Amino acid sequence: MFNQLRPALVLTLGLTAITGLAYPLVITGTAQALMPAEANGSLIRKDGVVIGSALIGQSFASEKYFWPRPSATGPEPYNASASSGSNLGTTSFKLKDRVAADIDRLRAAGLAGEIPADAGTASGSGLDPHISPEFARDQIARVAKARGLSEADVRGIVERATQGRLFGVIGEPRVNVLELNLALDGSRTSASSRR
Amino acid sequence: MTVIGWLQISLLFLAVLAVVKPLGLYMAQVFSGGRNVFSPIFGPVERGLYAAAGVDPAKEQGWLAYTLSMLAFSLAGFATLYAILRLQAWLPLNPQGFGSVPPDLAFNTAVSFVTNTNWQNYAGETTMSHLSQMLGLTVQNFVSAASGIAMALALTRAFARSAVSTVGNFWVDLTRATLYVLLPLAIVVALAFVAMGLPQTFHASVTATTLEGAQQSIALGPVASQEAIKQLGTNGGGFFNVNAAHPFENPTALSNYLNIFAMLSVSAALLYTFGQFVGNRRQGWAFIAVTFAFLIASAGVVYWAEAAGNPILTALGLDPALGNMEGKEVRFGQAMTALYATVTTGLSDGGVNGMHGSFTGLGGLVPMFLIQLGEVLPGGVGSGLYGMVVFAILAVFVAGLMVGRTPELLGKKIGSREMKYAMFAVLILPLAILGFTAISAVLPFAVASVGTAGPHGLSEVLYAFTSAAGNNGSAFGGLTGNTPWYNTTLGIAMLLGRFAYAVPVLAIAGSIAAKTRVPASKGTFPTDTPLFVGLLIGIILILGGLQFFPALALGPIIEHLAMLSGQTF
Repeated sequence: MFNQLRPALVLTLGLTAITGLAYPLVITGTAQALMPAEANGSLIRKDGVVIGSALIGQSFASEKYFWPRPSATGPEPYNASASSGSNLGTTSFKLKDRVAADIDRLRAAGLAGEIPADAGTASGSGLDPHISPEFARDQIARVAKARGLSEADVRGIVERATQGRLFGVIGEPRVNVLELNLALDGSRTSASSRR
Repeated sequence: MTVIGWLQISLLFLAVLAVVKPLGLYMAQVFSGGRNVFSPIFGPVERGLYAAAGVDPAKEQGWLAYTLSMLAFSLAGFATLYAILRLQAWLPLNPQGFGSVPPDLAFNTAVSFVTNTNWQNYAGETTMSHLSQMLGLTVQNFVSAASGIAMALALTRAFARSAVSTVGNFWVDLTRATLYVLLPLAIVVALAFVAMGLPQTFHASVTATTLEGAQQSIALGPVASQEAIKQLGTNGGGFFNVNAAHPFENPTALSNYLNIFAMLSVSAALLYTFGQFVGNRRQGWAFIAVTFAFLIASAGVVYWAEAAGNPILTALGLDPALGNMEGKEVRFGQAMTALYATVTTGLSDGGVNGMHGSFTGLGGLVPMFLIQLGEVLPGGVGSGLYGMVVFAILAVFVAGLMVGRTPELLGKKIGSREMKYAMFAVLILPLAILGFTAISAVLPFAVASVGTAGPHGLSEVLYAFTSAAGNNGSAFGGLTGNTPWYNTTLGIAMLLGRFAYAVPVLAIAGSIAAKTRVPASKGTFPTDTPLFVGLLIGIILILGGLQFFPALALGPIIEHLAMLSGQTF
């Protein structure tokens, strides 16, 4: 057994140095040099202040903004330091009660008819940056009213923010909530200035 | 289900099929010991490692020495990783100031990564320092996979050779698998991942001021480098708690493809390497055909079950058009989540891009069932290949019984010794899975960990031991696994699933290598035909699957029926 120990220890150390040290350092160096924006988290800045990441969802509760999906992270939703799904099974009464409460909240905010599935369910990560185009469409009236904009204007902004499938096949149609809300804030076509 | 969804699924399999041959041939070249395209770069490193370790690369080992080397290396890896985790608080590169990992969790995690399981009873972003992620976990992501490849090579050589006493040199196979296969692929994939948006930085987090004025702390880290080897080595242990559902591990549909492609291509190509080594490429294709038949059928079932949605929520007023979206990401949708769930469990990857525990009963049954089949479809890098060969041995035995001839596989007669070892290996999974699940289902403190009552609760426990013994690592996350009971028993299940399986396989390798290769005759049952593919599928289903059916009936199948009738627990 002793003649197995030397190669076991030496190769553990040697391969640790190569795969645990050299490899991540080389990748980090290359990534930071060639693709710093992506390597640092695809951050969005406004007036020099980081307001979020283009890839990470954030909470919106104001009537003026489009809302994201429910999030199961704790202690607060969209906690980007502790990603989590609900992990509730399909037959869980906790899931049923939670979805019922969310549907009531959305109905109170003016959503009629069937609620889009993503609007009533928590994502796997709790940080889903996207909503379905259907959920965005259902919120247009509320946001337009809160901002004093015409529904057509808001619809135009939503349509520009909607991403389709790559080559018409890969991925699902989606709207990035943070980018959509940024576009709304940036549109500056507030009711008073237009009238 | 939509045509586009099926197109999305088909594209992945076409892409993997396209690389199976070139990658398989390249690996055959590497493991034959010859020079290859990376020799000028890594050759000196390789020779330096052998010199320091006192290894003579030209000297081969018998199966027993090969096994002892594998065990010694795994033990050294376990001890190193355990020490790093226990000492984390005092080691550098710990910007978040995390404390040391408690003993039972450190045991579970060290076993988990050394056995290529990567079950995670911890949340990465709130437990592990950068040093632990890199020097500890990333290293095992490489070398546990390389060990798996090495063991598969030993068995491959046993069939390729005639009447010899050696099966190769473990240290050489391990080193070459790491330097010439996993490392170059990992570098390419990691940089592609960064281009797609995966972070690669040593900053622990950044604080954003959201549009509504709140503070959002966003966890960062060297994600891309770990994600690349996590998939290439079919490890599956995520940087973040929610694994590849996290937008930083898997930001787009394209990165989702690369994730699945990276985990599937090496294992599938190894089947081709096997065919190349034994001088029968059709044999490699026959194994690949079995694999793809299972994977495509399974992806179809998951896709169908999930796209139908959850009728309990539909009754509340939720539109079923997008399917069951609880635990899933909008950017992936049902088809790409079903595909990921299928491949990650057909392999021993265990990464997830949606929460399996929130799948419908049948949708969640499929991933569990694929692991219970022995993860041979195509299984973990290496471990999948030798698992498949064990099933092939059983298949020729059954065929031999039917026609009354001595079974043989690739010119090697299968005797009672090989059959005993093969049966011992395939009985480990049901023993560990059903045994521990049964015990946990009656111990009050073990039941207390369950997250959802009713049949889903049993599924959570069953899935945990299935995943551990199968060295998969995915979970029904409702179960609170970070308790002394589960940390310990899951750790034991992982050890059994890896080593109690691998040792008899290496013994088979030794015994097969010593046999003379006999040329095929008229009475030989060919093992590279559609008939054999069908037989092998049947053997895997009957032997691998039937023993779990009663447990599956009590868990996911009842859950699905309860869901359809609107019952909650």
